Amino acid sequence: MGDHHHGPAKGLSRWLFTTNHKDIGTMYLWFSFAMFILGGAFAMIIRAELFQPGMQLVEPGFFNQMTTLHGLVMVFGAIMPSFVGLANWMIPMMIGAPDMALPRMNNWSFWILPPGFLMLASTLFMEGGAPAFGWTFYAPLSTTYAAPSVTFFIFAIHILGVSSIMGSINIIATVMNMRAPGMTYMKMPLFVWTWLITAFLLVAVMPVLAGAVTMMLMDIHFGTSFFSAAGGGDPVLFQHIFWFFGHPEVYIIILPAFGVVSQIIPAFSRKPLFGYASMVYATAAIAFLSFIVWAHHMYTVGMPVAGELFFMYATMLIAVPTGVKVFNWISTMWRGALSFETPMLFCIGFLVLFTIGGFTGLMLSIAPADFQYHDTYFVVAHFHYVMVAGAVFSMTAAVYYWLPKWSGRMYNENMGKIHFWVSFIGFNITFFPQHFVGLAGMPRRIPDYALQFADFNMMSSIGAFIYGASQILFLYNVIATIVSGKRVTDDRVWDGAEGLEWTVATPAPYHTFEVPPAIDPTPAHG
Amino acid sequence: MASTQTAAAGHEKYYVPESSSLAVRATIGLVMTVFGAGLLLNDMTFGDPEASTNSKWVLYIGLAFFAFTLASWFRITIKENLQGLNSAQLNHSYVLGMFWFIFSEVMFFAAFFGALFYVRQLAGPWLAGEGEGGRMNGLLWPGFEFAWPPVTTPQEAVGGVDAQAIANNGIFGTSERSMAFADAHHWYQWLPMWNTLVLLSSSFTVHVAHTALLKDQRGKFNLWLGITVGLGIFFLFLQAAEYYEAYAHFGLTLNSGIYGSTFFMLTGFHGFHVAMGMTMLLIQLIRSVKNKHFTASDHFGFEASSWYWHFVDVVWVFLFLFVYIL
Amino acid sequence: MSFGNIIRALAGPVLAFASAAVFGQGNQVNMAKGVTEVGAEIYDLHMLILWICVVIGVGVFSVMFYSIIYHRKSRGHEPAQFHESTKVEIAWTVVPFLILIGMAVPATSTLLEAYNTDDAEIDILVTGYQWKWKYEYLDENGENVSFFSNLSTPQSEIYNSQTKGENYLLEVDEPVVIPVDTKVRFLLTANDVIHSWWVPEIAVKKDAIPGFINEAWTKVPEQGIYRGQCTELCGAYHGFMPVEVHAVSREEYDAWLAAKRADKVAQAAAASQALSLDELMAKGEAVYNAQCMACHGMNGEGGVGKAIAGSPVALGDIGRHLDVGIKGVAGTAMQAFGGQMSDVDMAAVITYQRNAFGNNTGDIVQPSDVVNHKKG
Ligand code: HEA
Ligand code: HEA
Ligand code: HEC
Ligand code: CUA
Ligand SMILES: [Cu+2]
Repeated sequence: MGDHHHGPAKGLSRWLFTTNHKDIGTMYLWFSFAMFILGGAFAMIIRAELFQPGMQLVEPGFFNQMTTLHGLVMVFGAIMPSFVGLANWMIPMMIGAPDMALPRMNNWSFWILPPGFLMLASTLFMEGGAPAFGWTFYAPLSTTYAAPSVTFFIFAIHILGVSSIMGSINIIATVMNMRAPGMTYMKMPLFVWTWLITAFLLVAVMPVLAGAVTMMLMDIHFGTSFFSAAGGGDPVLFQHIFWFFGHPEVYIIILPAFGVVSQIIPAFSRKPLFGYASMVYATAAIAFLSFIVWAHHMYTVGMPVAGELFFMYATMLIAVPTGVKVFNWISTMWRGALSFETPMLFCIGFLVLFTIGGFTGLMLSIAPADFQYHDTYFVVAHFHYVMVAGAVFSMTAAVYYWLPKWSGRMYNENMGKIHFWVSFIGFNITFFPQHFVGLAGMPRRIPDYALQFADFNMMSSIGAFIYGASQILFLYNVIATIVSGKRVTDDRVWDGAEGLEWTVATPAPYHTFEVPPAIDPTPAHG
Repeated sequence: MASTQTAAAGHEKYYVPESSSLAVRATIGLVMTVFGAGLLLNDMTFGDPEASTNSKWVLYIGLAFFAFTLASWFRITIKENLQGLNSAQLNHSYVLGMFWFIFSEVMFFAAFFGALFYVRQLAGPWLAGEGEGGRMNGLLWPGFEFAWPPVTTPQEAVGGVDAQAIANNGIFGTSERSMAFADAHHWYQWLPMWNTLVLLSSSFTVHVAHTALLKDQRGKFNLWLGITVGLGIFFLFLQAAEYYEAYAHFGLTLNSGIYGSTFFMLTGFHGFHVAMGMTMLLIQLIRSVKNKHFTASDHFGFEASSWYWHFVDVVWVFLFLFVYIL
Repeated sequence: MSFGNIIRALAGPVLAFASAAVFGQGNQVNMAKGVTEVGAEIYDLHMLILWICVVIGVGVFSVMFYSIIYHRKSRGHEPAQFHESTKVEIAWTVVPFLILIGMAVPATSTLLEAYNTDDAEIDILVTGYQWKWKYEYLDENGENVSFFSNLSTPQSEIYNSQTKGENYLLEVDEPVVIPVDTKVRFLLTANDVIHSWWVPEIAVKKDAIPGFINEAWTKVPEQGIYRGQCTELCGAYHGFMPVEVHAVSREEYDAWLAAKRADKVAQAAAASQALSLDELMAKGEAVYNAQCMACHGMNGEGGVGKAIAGSPVALGDIGRHLDVGIKGVAGTAMQAFGGQMSDVDMAAVITYQRNAFGNNTGDIVQPSDVVNHKKG
């Protein structure tokens, strides 16, 4: 028992009962892609309705359900699980561990996700419809004024929260306890670092989200008055609790992406990462600051002016560590020997577009100016720049980068490049004009708009269809690679790639590092 | 297999369990539980209370299945440990897991404490028209004065739902008395104080039990652990008495505005955690008495439960301070 | 990979800009300059930060693209191996920090200005309802004037059976009127869920929160019509609750206010008159379509609210029906409409609900019944 590890079991039971980090990683990745398509389908409905002024396809109430589910599914279903999947695959391989620290719990963290989302999606078919109060579900719209399906929404959030917490505890335990001898903290690949810090953030804020939805549940079903002024509570209290979770959440989304980019850019620059230590400190600084800036989402709720100023200054500060990261990446490229395979292209796309999104974030952080930006499409443009061009692009880069190691086969490079260019252009056509309509005064979360916004909205919708279509290419490329891609013979795959994961066979065997590898005692990074 | 997989010397092998159906079974139990709970709540609040009998069964079956699965999960984990499969490294993973789990619980309570501080420091005074954030609120709730514990809800201050200037989202009553420490002469009748004593001493007794275990004194360990469990049960009994009093005599309920909301949610979740911790300790006790588990050097199951117990205790200290005293 | 690809990398944003120029004229691409002082300050602040970001961006991207062009492997560039430099790292931590301080200074002063609601001459209580605004002009003598402001764009335009007018979705039946050159304070609250009152050109956006009052102010220097929208998701028809502010001369304002007061007196008088079933039905239909239809459906089939067709309330006791209409149903979206409409309108809409959609009770509810019911 335990001594003779063998290959995977056969059939469905392999996936249901597995304790193998690679299997679980694979399931997370496919699940998140399915959710990406679902969330994308909701986005397509949104964009189709907004193609022209006037009500076209759906009713206003249904439109709100689409907006809400799009946000929730993308954030909790597509982005977060995709990075957890990547963590599962890569962290043990990067630190020389045989598996995750708590393998059975790992399987459980994954398996509660699909039914959780099934429950969330099933609200679409319930009386009164699905949640229609935005992914931020402000009370009392989400309590007293919500459809009964809100109860299932609340429990779905609880389940996703439990999954995330268990997943992060596992990651923390793995990184702290499973590193091969000699793999000191300051030798860990940056992806491992960013995930360690992300996991801390998750363990700290997911319970707070659980607290928020629990208070909602009590207000709805048991007559408490957390969010009702008549009983002495305050609707704004909900927003404070939500954003205490919500702001760190956006860094939970982006930090692993930073990690990915920090792995890929050095590989294709053939040059070590610039400023490894400052990258680690910057990540920690961002994580710390993320706890004290939440109310920048609430500049218009009527906070006392001192609070307003505090949150404005704290928010602006985040530009400093983030800037350090951007500068470090560019310095890594500087005087390297660059080549531009698909993963690198997506990383460069990330770098350009994320920085633009960061700049608009900085503009939003200026409280008086935010009075004009808040809840307009300018905000929508901001967060799609950081989340789609930030998180999704880097995730895409990660898949192209590690797919050969996972599957032992090479993807089609030309198709990858086409995917990049169509995505890049489609993305910008979709979201760049949203800055314009936002500044010109178009509120978000509306199914219909005034005539002066018509042209840009049409453009945006066309761009969205292009961007969406380009994902079909991605899906095809990945499947074709797995089924019939050209076999990779070199374990290292990319000539500039560094790290333990490239020292194991290609494709990575079912069990890696059953005995800890010897780590080169010379510092890896500096 | 490729190149550098040379073993670092002197490292134990990490135990990676074979595939296991535990996770999937636990998932089925958990999902059935919450789905049943959702159905039940919706039937009671929005629909037809009659139908709730059916949804109740979904909940009960799910819960039973879930509890059963967790029990076998722990049983298997214990068995593996007894078989000597666990390396020191694996044990350390369990330690880390428990530690960060407790940390996440701390953050869960933090949300409710945050809500308490917010309504006491900010929202309450604003509703009463004080300070920068609520200069004009007198327009909405004329006559409402803020105090903690509150004397009225804003709604009552203006004369009920019908007289409210705006918003009719809810009907709230007020407690005739709060659970705060009011009457110095009857301190010995004041349950929270007894609760504090009970819980603090239980933290002490569990520590005594631990010390005994470290010296391999099983009889003493069993005794003090038993006392701890007893104190836990006594605490829950006192809390039940307190709740009964609140509902029956003080009119303090979940419906009585923000005081009732924060009071019952904070103490209620704490009580729930006491019940969990007590159950955990009880299981350790049974393991020790019946199966002679635990040795001076290997007793993580007990140790984890006792950490949990200390955590519950610390939360109570904060509760006592902020909910009852201040 | 060729140089051409890099050009294409730039193509996306450039394309977007170019088409902005082509669609040109009609399409505003920047923030409204704003007619008020605060509005102008915010606009300047916005442009300042934007340009700083553009400059930094150009700098950062230039370095990057230089590297992409000249340091490529295909050109045979050999990689350097440097990987840290404390000096530059300190520099690019400190310099951005200083830039941020430079931004924070004007931001702080503008914010303080926007928060200074003292010395206002006129107070207007703005209450958000699902999905309309109520304006109440507060008066020291208690002679408050109040009215509701509903979207006036017809359904036929929204559902594309009629061409859309110039101010599609930005027009209301009764605009809020304020005098120019006068400091007006808005006190914002809401009746049900959170709304947010926004007029871009006067740079006022503030949330209206049920149970709390927020303050905002403006001083409009130019006469004109300023349009805005609700900017906090407030339910199904969030996109359909516009704001229309008319800034007029002081004289016009005074005249308008006097007329409103006279109106109020006339309405009270009307409540004592008896109306015929036909009159009540006609009026009731109009009120129903404006106030109730959103929740109870075009044919009383229900939606957010319960069905009116065949409703036990609408077919049962008149007193209970009046109760629901006037006091609402606590804890649900059904508001207390008693304070929201005149007694005549209430009588009409109750009569209408009892006789429309196949509810043929034949009952007539007179304004006086409503007055009596309210008295208890
Ligand atoms: C991946 C997710 C992600 C990331 C990384 C960010 C990053 C940032 N965000 Fe964003 N944000 C969101 C996701 C994200 N955001 C989402 C989802 C919302 C909307 C939620 C909702 O309402 O639904 C939102 C909304 C939002 C708001 C509220 C807007 C409103 O509703 O009115 C604000 C306001 O301050 C803000 C600010 C910022 C800032 C300052 C950063 C900073 O971290 C950016 C820092 C980066 C840079 C500045 C660029 C690089 C730096 C340099 C090159 C250095 C030199 C630069 C200078 C000195 C200027 N964001
Ligand atoms: C990381 C998160 C994420 C991602 C990836 C996206 C992706 C996209 N979002 Fe996202 N969006 C949010 C997070 C995200 N969004 C959030 C949090 C909100 C706020 C919600 C709220 O207000 O509450 C929001 C809101 C939002 C709005 C505003 C809605 C409103 O205010 O009413 C719009 C409108 O254009 C929009 C559009 C899009 C589009 C076009 C994409 C595209 O990038 C999507 C492209 C993807 C696809 C189209 C799927 C791809 C796959 C296929 C098509 C292949 C199918 C093939 C087979 C099945 C074989 N989003
Ligand atoms: C914002 C939504 C909304 C609007 C607008 C609205 N209602 Fe309602 N109404 C409701 C809801 C929700 C209920 C169901 C309340 C309950 O659960 O008992 C309801 C119930 C009712 C009922 C009782 C029906 C029954 O069978 O129990 C009547 C009568 C009624 N409304 C009349 C009106 C009138 C008259 C108007 C307009 C002047 C109106 N409503 C506008 C939401 C609304
Ligand atoms: Cu009112 Cu949105
Ligand atoms: Cu934020």
